[in-house]
Amino acid sequence: MSSYLELTARQRIPAMFDAGSFEEFLPPSARVASPHLAELDSPVSFDDGVVVGRGLLGGHTVFGAAQEGAFMGGAVGEVHGAKLAGMLRRAIDERAHAVLLLLESGGVRLHEANAGLIAVSEVMRAMLDVRAAGIPVVAVVGGANGCFGGMGIAARCANTVIMSEEGRLAMSGPEVIETANGVEEFDSRDRALVWRTTGGKHRYLMGDCQLLVADDTAAFRAAALDAIADLVQGEVGLTLEGLLAEQDMLARRLQDADGASEPMELWRRLGVSDPAGVPMLEADAFLALAARHRAGLQPAASGTGER
Amino acid sequence: MDWQTLATQLFPGGHDIVERDNFLSGSAQVDGKRVAVIGTTGHVPIGIEIALAQATAILKTVQEHPGRPILILVDTQGQRLRHRDEMLGINSYMAHLGKCVDLARRKGHTVIGLVYDQALSGGFITSGLIASACYALPQATIRVMGLPAMARITKVPEERLTELARDNPVFAPGPENYLRMGGLHGIWEQNLAQELAQALAECSPEDRRMALGRERGGRMLAQPVADAVRAGGDVRAA
Repeated sequence: MSSYLELTARQRIPAMFDAGSFEEFLPPSARVASPHLAELDSPVSFDDGVVVGRGLLGGHTVFGAAQEGAFMGGAVGEVHGAKLAGMLRRAIDERAHAVLLLLESGGVRLHEANAGLIAVSEVMRAMLDVRAAGIPVVAVVGGANGCFGGMGIAARCANTVIMSEEGRLAMSGPEVIETANGVEEFDSRDRALVWRTTGGKHRYLMGDCQLLVADDTAAFRAAALDAIADLVQGEVGLTLEGLLAEQDMLARRLQDADGASEPMELWRRLGVSDPAGVPMLEADAFLALAARHRAGLQPAASGTGER
Repeated sequence: MDWQTLATQLFPGGHDIVERDNFLSGSAQVDGKRVAVIGTTGHVPIGIEIALAQATAILKTVQEHPGRPILILVDTQGQRLRHRDEMLGINSYMAHLGKCVDLARRKGHTVIGLVYDQALSGGFITSGLIASACYALPQATIRVMGLPAMARITKVPEERLTELARDNPVFAPGPENYLRMGGLHGIWEQNLAQELAQALAECSPEDRRMALGRERGGRMLAQPVADAVRAGGDVRAA
């Protein structure tokens, strides 16, 4: 096993795509960095924290991106966002087989907040344009910095979200919530609670992520291949029926969670007999348990929400 | 501005908007046509319930009134910062709202956002910012964060940020800055009813915000960078 979490963005790309196939657009040699960070005398990066390009995945042309968590937490600024949007538009131009987004981001880059906010909304719209063009979009969340803020929303605009247990997917980070509403609201230093609330197992049980894998690059790659092969068989654009099903799932989740304040209570209500044991389970054992208890399994066989 | 005053000015032809727990919904007469109205008021934080309520109203409009234009009235202090919202996946509820707006657009509904009071980051990104065009009133507050908070996070002194913000709209809050960056299509100074009718008439489903930001001199790199990535060329400075 080789850990996906520990890799940099530039190491993840060759680990996910077919060997030697990836061509980067606007690589670091083009030296397009954030002008706003420079103005603040903050360090810049010649890729502005994201790799975008085109490669082969299982022999098919797949467009992709990888956000670098080590540079400003993978946060989205003007250049970073424009690279993502440009890649997504090109994927439509060149009729890509699929788009694979390796997300690791704190969301909007606060150093260039206004541009970052607009950019994330442009990325979301571009992702939905890709889907409307009949091209599946798959998001992978397995980096140490998780996927938060606007990018946490963007991830859920993909057809499929693939996570590891260690991955975290949410909107506001625990620190932000603790700062706003106190340690009683959310103790950001309680790592177990943070993982129960935002981690891959919880998201998978609730239906916010469609595939869960061990923290292993080969497992992530295999899951991406499976997801794309599955998606190209069907409708990948938004449909009224798909969104009505998602609305049902989200409304039912609110009802089912009435009065609950702890993720383990939600798991118990899903029928998991030993919720406290869930964090300790290996991926395979967890998946076997989840197969019996995941939310949204009841109506249709593929009732994992909007896909 | 309170929403009733706003509605009176926006819809001289009448409206049936109702408020329930800071959620606004209804319809109004604009230039002889019926328009669906959804939104929020009271600077309410966008939690999972109100995000879902807005999404439900949009899908209902798509089902029951095909093609009817949709106006989203924005007043929020941002996403709700609670453990429960995160536990239940508030990002999924927000994304769902954004996808419903996107579906409406693709099915031929003109979708316009109007920031009439406050708009902050998370609450704004899947409402006004996902609409086909977004406008604001001049006295509106639009921001991710204020300069004092930004100074703490970036460790750049507030005085320096204030100075930089004079020329660079990326740093400071305010509708004028969002206008320059292309995040807003326009600011409605007076005759709101006329502005709305005109906005509905000229709205395009294309996302042209990068181009707007460049034309207005507020976001100079987004369009050339996206173009260079798309065309496989170099970034051409403006």
